[in-house]
Amino acid sequence: MDARTARHLTLASGGVVAVWLCVLNFGALGAVAWRAEGLSALRSADWAAVRFTLVQALWSAGLSVLLAVPIARALARRQFRGRAVLITLMGAPFILPTLVAVLGLLAVFGRSGLVNQGLDSLGLARFNIFGLHGVVLAHVFYNLPLATRILLQGWAAIPSERFRLGAALGFTPRDTFRQLELPMLRDLAPGAFLVIFLICLTSFSVALTMGGGPRASTVELAISQAFRFDFDLGRAALLALVQFGLCAAAGMIAWRVALPSGLSGGLDRPVARFDMQGRALRLWDTALILAGGLFLLVPLAMVAARGLPHIISLPPEIWAASLRSLGVALGATALTLAMTLALSHAIVALGGARGAVLEWLGLAALAASPLVIGTGLYLLIRPLANPRDLALVVTMLVNAGMALPFALRLILPALRDVEMTQGRLADSLGLHGGARLRIVTLPRLRRPMGFAAGLTAALSMGDLGVIMLFAEREGATLPMQLYRLMTAYRQDDAAGAALVLLAASLALFWLCDRWGRGNAAT
Amino acid sequence: MLQLDQVQILQGGFTLQADLQVPPGSRVAVIGPSGAGKSTLLGAVAGFVPVPCGSILWQGQTITTHSPAARPLSILFQDNNLFPHLSALDNVALGIRPALRLTAPERARVHDALARVGLEGLDTRRPAALSGGQQSRVALARLLLQRKPLVLLDEPFSALGPGLKAEMLALVAEICAETGAMLLMVTHDIADARAIADQTILVADGHARGPFATEDLLENPPETLRAYLGTADRIP
Repeated sequence: MDARTARHLTLASGGVVAVWLCVLNFGALGAVAWRAEGLSALRSADWAAVRFTLVQALWSAGLSVLLAVPIARALARRQFRGRAVLITLMGAPFILPTLVAVLGLLAVFGRSGLVNQGLDSLGLARFNIFGLHGVVLAHVFYNLPLATRILLQGWAAIPSERFRLGAALGFTPRDTFRQLELPMLRDLAPGAFLVIFLICLTSFSVALTMGGGPRASTVELAISQAFRFDFDLGRAALLALVQFGLCAAAGMIAWRVALPSGLSGGLDRPVARFDMQGRALRLWDTALILAGGLFLLVPLAMVAARGLPHIISLPPEIWAASLRSLGVALGATALTLAMTLALSHAIVALGGARGAVLEWLGLAALAASPLVIGTGLYLLIRPLANPRDLALVVTMLVNAGMALPFALRLILPALRDVEMTQGRLADSLGLHGGARLRIVTLPRLRRPMGFAAGLTAALSMGDLGVIMLFAEREGATLPMQLYRLMTAYRQDDAAGAALVLLAASLALFWLCDRWGRGNAAT
Repeated sequence: MLQLDQVQILQGGFTLQADLQVPPGSRVAVIGPSGAGKSTLLGAVAGFVPVPCGSILWQGQTITTHSPAARPLSILFQDNNLFPHLSALDNVALGIRPALRLTAPERARVHDALARVGLEGLDTRRPAALSGGQQSRVALARLLLQRKPLVLLDEPFSALGPGLKAEMLALVAEICAETGAMLLMVTHDIADARAIADQTILVADGHARGPFATEDLLENPPETLRAYLGTADRIP
């Protein structure tokens, strides 16, 4: 294959992906908008959902970042046994199925959870987890580790010479904070806040399980309710438009702030510090790290402990659903990798402003709402086929689209690096097309590809969202079966299924990431 | 013969003009101050830097718009001449089979080339497991195997010590003598030019001039070259 053909092929495949992304992100919305015309207006409950969505996202993002500051600071300046493991674990909520997290939190904070048992034995009143505080709690559980990792990167990026200089100048911890740490936080915290705000804006499963009825419902949830219970397509469509507006507005703001990902490595090295000798300070840091670790680990340990005895007695439909979910996850992973590779190559080949547009299109799904896309696809498919027959395929497609931004952010920089360092050599040797991909590019992208594949597979495995619009009793995915068990108050089976889901997600991530690291060419 | 016919290269506000002919079989050093455009000139010949005006001809045929791989040349860059994830053998084999599907005779040729540069038995090693000199030898083995009639060196040995560098340049000269290839090499070191290049192109003040006979040029350096050489030209 000569250089020109290869370039055409690159641009063509990138173009196909771009068109598909347009269909997914905007075409689906177009279908929704077309359907919504002149149809039933929003009720006051819907406006309450809009308000609740914004309020809970503000609280969740604010609390996550605020709590992450002292924890990240303690982690950044302390060296202790298990530090690396704890930081790795902080990456785990990202791939943790929402329902599993919810079950874990319920085991601790729920009606008969550890906390209420403690309150009971002290003769104090129990508290009710459901509602705004429950939603915020779950979101903080999810996003506190993310915020901590983002801020930890900031701490790691402060040159150690600065701390040395500070020590030479006799800085107290307070001076260090003001002169060195605060400027870094001013740079990073807004980005971290926005990332989490965006994530919480499209919250569906958490609101579904932790919300308390109509007073604590997000727009995403309202879309699905309008769809499933009222089958009011017009209202669902209108809500979808509102949700798109919210996401687009937040995405627009986020576009101006460089969004940190918290995905990169290099966090395993604490910064050498000279101002940390005080005993009180050490106690304070220890307490913070312990509290953060417990908040993360106890709910997960509860899921494992409760689920383990019930795995053997799980009903067969759980295992069938597991297989189905596995298929969806693997399909979504393959699709995401293929789309990301095609898009990245086209972005690099185009370069300049046109490349930037393509990159923006790839990242646009960050602000997209799966339920909106799902609604749109439902409306698009309905004239052609029975959407219920295509539930799994649609779930896979939407999952792949949702994971694309993350994969793109991992793979594109690596591809740019390969092209920068080895592009000319490959050009001069006449390496193009498939041979170049096989011999030069893929071996060098293996590590980010493995990580991206792991993320996608785990996210897709644990996703409960679009499938709720489509699926019927049979043909459900594992998260959906788990949700049914939860709502049917079959606690034992739910605990067992949650453990299966957790294990499958973690195993998928681990296997893919392991593949990327194994014999990775540097 | 290599011809640069009224060539003008523009690179972000910087222009370089060249109008010169290099006779067949020459070994030409390209010298000049830092930032004068030596690498840009080589990049234009190799096809990495676009040439908006003028044309580049090889044996009377224009190659100005050919892709790098379609030009009759091999090039060694300052760094990144090897793929770090491929073995020495694969890195050399890319010179004849970019898809790396070798026939038995081709494989034998690759082994011969590796042996020729003194790397027998190291064919399975990756670049990271080779010394700097050995890495250069791998790149040279590929050069030898490619047998292209024009060889461009953009200071590929600048990270090596003086002894090793001289050794590599001698090997290059040997390869070029063997294949009858023309050599164009960028250098900062007058000693390199003296050692293996009979001709020299001087790049300065936005112009590439020459080629001049290296000895004459260094005996009677023009003003621009004298400024660049400083006192170095008085040291034998």
